[in-house]
Amino acid sequence: MTQTHQFDVVIVGGGGAGLMAALYASRGAKTAVVSKLYPMRSHTGAAQGGIGAALGNIEEDHAEWHTFDTVKGSDYLGDQDAIEFMCNEAVQSIYDLEHMGFPFSRTPDGRIDQRPFGGHTNNVTGKPVRRACYAADRTGHMILQTLYQQCIKNETKFFDEFQVLDLLLVNGATAGVVALEIATGELHVFHAKAVILATGGFGRIWEITSNAYAFTGDGVALCLRHGIPLEDMEFFQFHPTGVYRLGILITEAVRGEGGVLINGKGERFMERYAPHVKDLASRDVVSRAMYLEMKEGRGINGKNFLYLDVRPETVNKYAEIDGRTRPDGSPYRVTGDEILSKVPDIVDFCKTYLGVDPVKQPMPVQPTAHYAMGGIPTDKYGRVVIDENNTVLPGLYAAGECACVSVHGANRLGTNSLVDLIVFGKHAGIDAANYAREAAFQTLPADPTEGARDQIDRLLNNNGDEKAAQIGHEMKTEMFDKVGVFRTGEGLEDAVDKIKELKERYKRVRITDRGKIYNTELLTTWELGNLLDLAEVTAISALNRTESRGAHAREDFPKRDDVNWLRHTLAWMEDGKIRLGYKPVVITKYQPKERVY
Amino acid sequence: MQIKMRVFRFNPEVDQKPHYDTFTVDAAPEDRILDLLEHIKGYMDGTLTFRRSCAHGVCGSDAMRINGRNHLACKVLVHDLKLNDGTVTVEPLLAFRVIKDLVVDLEPFLKHYRNIMPYLVNDDPLPADGKERLQSPEERERFDDTTKCILCAACTSSCPSYWSNNEYVGPAAIVNAHRFIFDSRDRAGEQRLRILNEFNGVWRCRTVFNCTETCPRGIQVTKAIAEVKNAIISGKIDYVKSD
Repeated sequence: MTQTHQFDVVIVGGGGAGLMAALYASRGAKTAVVSKLYPMRSHTGAAQGGIGAALGNIEEDHAEWHTFDTVKGSDYLGDQDAIEFMCNEAVQSIYDLEHMGFPFSRTPDGRIDQRPFGGHTNNVTGKPVRRACYAADRTGHMILQTLYQQCIKNETKFFDEFQVLDLLLVNGATAGVVALEIATGELHVFHAKAVILATGGFGRIWEITSNAYAFTGDGVALCLRHGIPLEDMEFFQFHPTGVYRLGILITEAVRGEGGVLINGKGERFMERYAPHVKDLASRDVVSRAMYLEMKEGRGINGKNFLYLDVRPETVNKYAEIDGRTRPDGSPYRVTGDEILSKVPDIVDFCKTYLGVDPVKQPMPVQPTAHYAMGGIPTDKYGRVVIDENNTVLPGLYAAGECACVSVHGANRLGTNSLVDLIVFGKHAGIDAANYAREAAFQTLPADPTEGARDQIDRLLNNNGDEKAAQIGHEMKTEMFDKVGVFRTGEGLEDAVDKIKELKERYKRVRITDRGKIYNTELLTTWELGNLLDLAEVTAISALNRTESRGAHAREDFPKRDDVNWLRHTLAWMEDGKIRLGYKPVVITKYQPKERVY
Repeated sequence: MQIKMRVFRFNPEVDQKPHYDTFTVDAAPEDRILDLLEHIKGYMDGTLTFRRSCAHGVCGSDAMRINGRNHLACKVLVHDLKLNDGTVTVEPLLAFRVIKDLVVDLEPFLKHYRNIMPYLVNDDPLPADGKERLQSPEERERFDDTTKCILCAACTSSCPSYWSNNEYVGPAAIVNAHRFIFDSRDRAGEQRLRILNEFNGVWRCRTVFNCTETCPRGIQVTKAIAEVKNAIISGKIDYVKSD
């Protein structure tokens, strides 16, 4: 039996952006969070190193510097009005989190401690600046916990383990969502004035990824199927330091604390690629440098991995060479215990999965698919915009990794994912509640669950011979090989063809579980459909962009091309085919120039 | 190598009672148990049902019994286990209702968590400059261990006191109470201590240490419970470690 619920604001996803939106939307509107995971299982919890904000607790810093670093990090593809807004708002957002109980690591005088991170600089000296606020190496875990705790205090209404399958749009405005209650298999209609999508990223289209199994781009794919374009999908961040073969994230904070990347010849190679900030260059730069080292045979023992070395003797050796100092001016020197206290979870991961103690041995690492810069186009209030003219779709919002504001442009700076979800989660929540106060409910369609039922029936009624796991495996391998850190026109064409083939085979997938209760085979197969659509858009957008910018590096077009490509890609799906369009980048204060670290 | 995965099965739409299925899989010593479950689900039996998400021990989805002990399936590698005749036995957490196969109903667990006020309470005026409340590194360190909890339920479902009486709040709820009781910024410590001094509060703990042994985050759970007991007895909350 389908149940119908009515809320002013429905939030899809219970991670950082969704919970932040819930806290603020519920102040002015009847709000519910619908999430396929229990909120505390969300992938925000896997973020490690820090959240950037120019508090200046340790040394001079300014929101304006954070803004410029983010613009530069984005390779000038980020919208500068939105970036400036985010970096200004970041400061108050950190204090808000602290007031909510976030257990930040502290300075000796009791203030929020800050650490260096890639691409964050003192704009005068060009040296790394301590801007990342943190709680050891579990900053994301503490954000997720803190926000979930506040939601409990606030008695937020949760629908846990409900998979949203369809978005209801009526008369060009938002009417709600349809979700499947996983425990029962029943459909629920959520009739809402405003819907905030906070469904996270889709790194599961790649073989080696730091992303959770749950990161299947559900909200992004739903938008695509409802005629909403996706923005800048060719830009996906490969984090330099994933655990070799497993892809598990090793935070940039390891390098912030003095760790260095070492190649098979024992060289600290980053000084050749980023002479000023070396290992703390932005992520696209470091990942490319690693690939080039490995391609030229300087991987460890000639293999496809390098070492991340945070042993005290290594840290101290390079700190001395670099002349690195503590805030009080004394030379920067560390002990094994200090390393352990700053990155305890990393030490634990390495011991568990590699049998390596990072205090005594270097860690084998390789770049890992990490973060979607692209996604659902929004403005800085989280409102979804559906064309080249930024026309707003009334009542539809997106925030966090699923959204593309765009503040990350072609490459996101470390810590800015958490800044993004806090700032834009909050503003999406506030704006959605304001919208709901003025707007009326759209009338529900006569058969609101039709779209969701069609999708389920199509999957369950297949009697084909294909296994979803096999198709998923082939997609991930192809994407990692051909749509990875470096790309070529030829490789991208292969990838587009391969994804098309896999989409055909997907129509013949057989699901063996015919039950209603907790049918995860049905749901993971549905998720694979989302991933295939997003893989296709990613590969086509990448093939089309004949330049190299940020995380999109074309071997056949190695230069950035501001004349032709200083613009956002928009990709629509029409009758199963992808159509591309463009919209201009918002440039306010910072004219594009060459990017050197 | 080949190993046998003996897995607890229960489908409420079909089965009157649970049974075990055995799957023979190729495994490398460094494979996670979760990898093997994923392989079975993907290629051998799509109906096998379990929760998982992050796959590296921080989301808490895949707590289950592996060879009789509670673990996160993504944090146990094949070479970590003693294999009896090459067999690994995988079962759902004890003390909770089984929804299907390895998935249990966590609602009773979360109810206990919500009841201990797991959130910062402080209605004092904010600092006049609008910035952070101050907290020394020593005060921050006081509750660091209990901030690590991921609510996976491994501890509570390993607790014999909880097995015999599921009205007992259980170790996970106490850990989360501890996280706030000893936070120098919080003002509701006494209220939480009152809740935990009730019949089904901390005094149901018999210091069996199962919780500490099983915690995948390495939290000193029994110690945290003892500190809460001490605070109740002494009527005093120390915001800096006394030792």
